[in-house]
Amino acid sequence: MTAVTFTNPAPATSTSGAAQLRAVLGLSPSDSGPTWLAQARRESFEWAATHGLPTRKDEDWKYTRLDALLDVPFERAEAGGSHRVASAALAALTLNPSSTRVVFVNGHFVSDLSSLSDLEGGVTVTSLAAALAEEATGLESVFSRAFDQYDHAFTALNTALAVDGAYIRIAADTVVDAPIELVFLSDVQDTPLLSSPRSVILAGPRSRVSVVETHAGIASGLTWTNAVVHVVLDEGARVDHFKIQDEPDTGFHLALLDVRQGPDSRFSSSSMMLGSKIARNEVHVRLEGEGSRVSVDGLYWPRGDQHHDNVVLIEHVAPRCVSHQLYKGIADGHGHGVFNGRIIVWPGADGADANQTNKNLLLSEYAEIDTRPRLEIFTDDVKCTHGAAVGALDEEALFYLRSRGVTREAARALLTHAFALEVLHRVESESLRTHVETLLADRLSVDGFAIEGSSGDR
Amino acid sequence: MMLHIENLHARIGDNEILRGVNLEVAAGEVHAIMGPNGSGKSTLANVLAGHEAYDIEGLVLFEGEDLLALSPEDRAASGVFLAFQHPVEIPGVGNLYFLRTALNSLRRRRGLDELDVMQFLALAEDRMKSVEMDRSFMNRSVNEGFSGGEKKRNEILQMSILEPKLAILDETDSGLDIDALRIVAGGVNELRSPDRAMVVITHHQRLLDYIIPDQVHVMAGGRIVRSGDKDLALELEEYGYSELGQAGMVDSSASVGATP
Repeated sequence: MTAVTFTNPAPATSTSGAAQLRAVLGLSPSDSGPTWLAQARRESFEWAATHGLPTRKDEDWKYTRLDALLDVPFERAEAGGSHRVASAALAALTLNPSSTRVVFVNGHFVSDLSSLSDLEGGVTVTSLAAALAEEATGLESVFSRAFDQYDHAFTALNTALAVDGAYIRIAADTVVDAPIELVFLSDVQDTPLLSSPRSVILAGPRSRVSVVETHAGIASGLTWTNAVVHVVLDEGARVDHFKIQDEPDTGFHLALLDVRQGPDSRFSSSSMMLGSKIARNEVHVRLEGEGSRVSVDGLYWPRGDQHHDNVVLIEHVAPRCVSHQLYKGIADGHGHGVFNGRIIVWPGADGADANQTNKNLLLSEYAEIDTRPRLEIFTDDVKCTHGAAVGALDEEALFYLRSRGVTREAARALLTHAFALEVLHRVESESLRTHVETLLADRLSVDGFAIEGSSGDR
Repeated sequence: MMLHIENLHARIGDNEILRGVNLEVAAGEVHAIMGPNGSGKSTLANVLAGHEAYDIEGLVLFEGEDLLALSPEDRAASGVFLAFQHPVEIPGVGNLYFLRTALNSLRRRRGLDELDVMQFLALAEDRMKSVEMDRSFMNRSVNEGFSGGEKKRNEILQMSILEPKLAILDETDSGLDIDALRIVAGGVNELRSPDRAMVVITHHQRLLDYIIPDQVHVMAGGRIVRSGDKDLALELEEYGYSELGQAGMVDSSASVGATP
């Protein structure tokens, strides 16, 4: 095969963006933590200020308009504020009351809502603030690595501002059975708040862990979450990451999941994008070790006037790596969904096996889907496939269900739920599957009819 | 009269498929509709079930009510059931869940209590026996990966669980081997009752060896061109449909189904 397209992702500069960053956001870099971090924060802030925030002239931001975000005078969420999070509300967001749980409110660790006792040997789970205070292993390299790799100012802004998040380290040959739950809650009253959590997951050789990251909130004011998660997998490690973004649909959510994989490692990412007014989730995976495998799945479901943007970049760097992507979009109301999926097979990444599928369901004549699959291949020995489709609900299936007495609304809900569930096909945890099926079913409840959590074939 | 069809026309765009169908079916009766491909048999079935692809004129009364004014789900609630010629596959919707949803939807509309999972399973297992269906079918998605025969048996299973007043079977026999045909016909015969009517659409006479009809109608060119008793099917078997278009074969004095 030959190279299909190549677009140079050089950051565009925008003086108005830089001005906004300084003037409107009125933010300055955090000054806590080790010396190397303070230095990095200053550099990041400078980088962000110089390059400015992305605009729709940037190729990767073509469909996402940030004016609504830039119009809001956000303030940085400070640590130690009181919160209104009730334990019952928290329980509804978690899979298992006895699981290891790290809870954040407005980006800051909250000890009394978290559950960090009974950790197995070889397992470290703590807050990033605590890890930075202890100068825990591996932090400098992941922070500094991201500095080299800015695609846009939001990652840099996170580096400049992040003081907390989750820190998970699994020692070699350690297997953690139950998912570790990270819960990020926003609790905003009058003052619009920016949270900048940064989390690090380090999986030692042949270790195994799964992490469920949930974002939700009780907000009467505006929230902006600008989150970065790093995952580093050593040789033979396996990490499953599941993200549920169900923030209040007045807020903004920008996130980067940055993954590096060692030899023979396996990583999976599933993202459920349900909330926020404007949400953008980026997943960037570098397959650096020979024989590593990744699957990146996602569901985005904009409705009302929600905007959901998904960016996936998979880089095949080492030989004989495998990547799978399945992204499904459901756009209803005036919702706007975007899938921007890119696979790069670098020279030397022989035997690459990459596929990408993007399927979309348009439920309203006012909804919009934009899909941009891109393959950039610089070696001959590859197997790459990609496909994208946008369609409506199957009229014949609707008729079939209705002819059996199921109302039109219920039939639409059933078919939409079935469409959405396909992205869970790789989820092994029964409790996680049930949790998400129920969450999706709740989103579809119609008058006089509620889908039960397990309407699928299990 | 349970079903009264009068001068029913159906078209898609400029293509008129039904050109004035008249038919009366009384409770307790089984009517067979035969005819060559393209004669409008499946369209008639779809129109009765409420498929929205057609422009329709004419009158259809079901137990005295204007059937054409009802949505597909309201027709189902009134007791109309169509066993599809080509049942659609619905990945991701479990068969068991779908059937229970459908039954409870009908029960709710009929003012009956809904069945819980255990009650429904007991009912389903009983009915599955009569169509010799393995219970593993219940755990699969609706019709997904089913063979042709399995799909048809699933239709009959649905019919026996939903217990309609009027069942329309659209070429339920096509593509079935003789064993499957016997099972399907057995399921149908179990449902025959004095308060239930059936319209059996078929291409082949052989189904009527198993399901003995009270009346046989022949469709051609979007109309019912001939009606008679079960012997008409045998006559068709012998002479074929080709003779039917000819004027002499059309019995315009038949009490049911004849189109002037």
